[in-house]
Amino acid sequence: MNPVGLFSAFRVQQKRTENAYTCSLVLNDSLPDALPGQFVMAWLPGIDERPFSLSDNDPVRITVADVGSFSHALNQLQPGDYLWLRGPLGRGFIPRGRSHLLLGGGYGAAPLSFLAKSLCAQGDQVGVCLGARSRADLLLVEEFESLGCQVWLATEDGSAGKQGLLTALLPEAQNALKPETVYACGPIGMLTTVGAWARTAGLPAQLSFEGVMRCGVGLCGSCELPEETCQQLGLAPGFLVCHDGPVGEISPNHFS
Amino acid sequence: MTTPKLSCSFLGMNLSNPLVLASGVLGTSPSLMERAALSGAGAITSKSCGPEERSGHPNPVTVSWECGVLNAIGLTNPGAHAEVSLLRETKARLAPLGVPLFASIFAPRLEDYGEVARIIAEAEPDLIEVNISCPNVASEFGTPFSASEESAAAVTRTVRKAVSLPISIKLAPNVPEINRIAQAVVAEGADAITAINTMPAMLIDATAAKPVLSNRTGGLSGPALKPIALRCVYEIAQAVSVPIIGTGGLSSGIDAAEMLMAGATLVGIGSAVINDGPSVFSRICTELATFMKDNGYAQLGDVRGKALT
Repeated sequence: MNPVGLFSAFRVQQKRTENAYTCSLVLNDSLPDALPGQFVMAWLPGIDERPFSLSDNDPVRITVADVGSFSHALNQLQPGDYLWLRGPLGRGFIPRGRSHLLLGGGYGAAPLSFLAKSLCAQGDQVGVCLGARSRADLLLVEEFESLGCQVWLATEDGSAGKQGLLTALLPEAQNALKPETVYACGPIGMLTTVGAWARTAGLPAQLSFEGVMRCGVGLCGSCELPEETCQQLGLAPGFLVCHDGPVGEISPNHFS
Repeated sequence: MTTPKLSCSFLGMNLSNPLVLASGVLGTSPSLMERAALSGAGAITSKSCGPEERSGHPNPVTVSWECGVLNAIGLTNPGAHAEVSLLRETKARLAPLGVPLFASIFAPRLEDYGEVARIIAEAEPDLIEVNISCPNVASEFGTPFSASEESAAAVTRTVRKAVSLPISIKLAPNVPEINRIAQAVVAEGADAITAINTMPAMLIDATAAKPVLSNRTGGLSGPALKPIALRCVYEIAQAVSVPIIGTGGLSSGIDAAEMLMAGATLVGIGSAVINDGPSVFSRICTELATFMKDNGYAQLGDVRGKALT
């Protein structure tokens, strides 16, 4: 059966503040064979278990916004504390070509930092568009810059970069970078907009979805994407975020 | 030798193959059930539905390890009335594919079983599977009805009175004499038996010093369950003459052949979906056909019950 199905105990090695309500937990080991875009189920016994994509794997790092009771508990962890993970689970990004455009809306920046790191390490050209409500909500900007990515920013209040949604950055980033593949993670509205844009631009897109995750291994059906979303994006109906995703690949040919 | 025939008949239904999507796996929406049918399942069982909506247990609800899977989802379902429209939509999608729909039901109290069955019958599933053996709700519902001949028979009687559709009673492995329970439900009008449900079990995380599942215990499935399922079906097949849907830990064509040899007419597939996804059905069908061809079996009837004699 699935060898990654049981929990492994990690210790928090370092806690890094990313913004006023988000921290990254750097753990004491890496996960064998984890790919950018894959996720883990993180467990605190007696509290809860939730999915997180990896924001790095050398060693494991998850980036957690303090937005609910479980993420609050994670934000309270200190170096030396245990955190239990099962994974890596699901299908991650499959890099195609040598020029890549990464689009991160809000917390969606997290899995893209792991992807950017591996793409930059092989000498590829990487552009990153990040969007958030305001400058204070942006995540991992310096990390992308220090990796050598070209970074474009958009904020809804205009406090950093272009005023508006991340999708407003797409024409400029496309012109500057001439990407061969687009990779996106963020709210579902952003992903459907990106999917439609990629179709028009004739670009293959890899979209990382969120789902209500329970079993995490393709049995329970709770993370199924709504049929309308599948239809809009040209994904086969019955797409399970944990098994078929979290990354779903959209080919421009699907829309012909 | 010509290609062996995997088609079979079950309670008057014609199936393209004997593999059934077991209850509790992927049976939550029309699109997922259609996907399993398109992937090669011969029949589909929906996830168990009760009288009221339930959100189920908190996470963690599932863990797997090399020998199997442990789950305690907690009977998550939308409630019988909402389930009817979901099943109607599913039936409309499965009918053109020639794939029958089995609707699984449960209830916390004996008297609720008849009512849930009556409501679900409105969707006209091809069979109602009566789950009297969920191991994960004992703290709320008490001892499962599958635990004794009397309580299993009482549920069967209630459902039999409520609906005229074919019914199959799903039995639990953790009883001293499953053959007597099978006889008791058949005597009350069960048209078929589904055996077995998962086996109550526990995993503890040593570092956490706690049970892994939030429900503490869960139902064991996957390879570790297979020998238990084979023994149960073997005993039931000797005790009753109704068809058996043999379920538990089967993940290959050889496993399916072994379950048929124990006396099953149909073969349930559940946890095996973990490794392959819904495409598991086409793989197991191919393996079963290959096994039959290599060993000179022309049709399923030649395999069925082979280990009983």
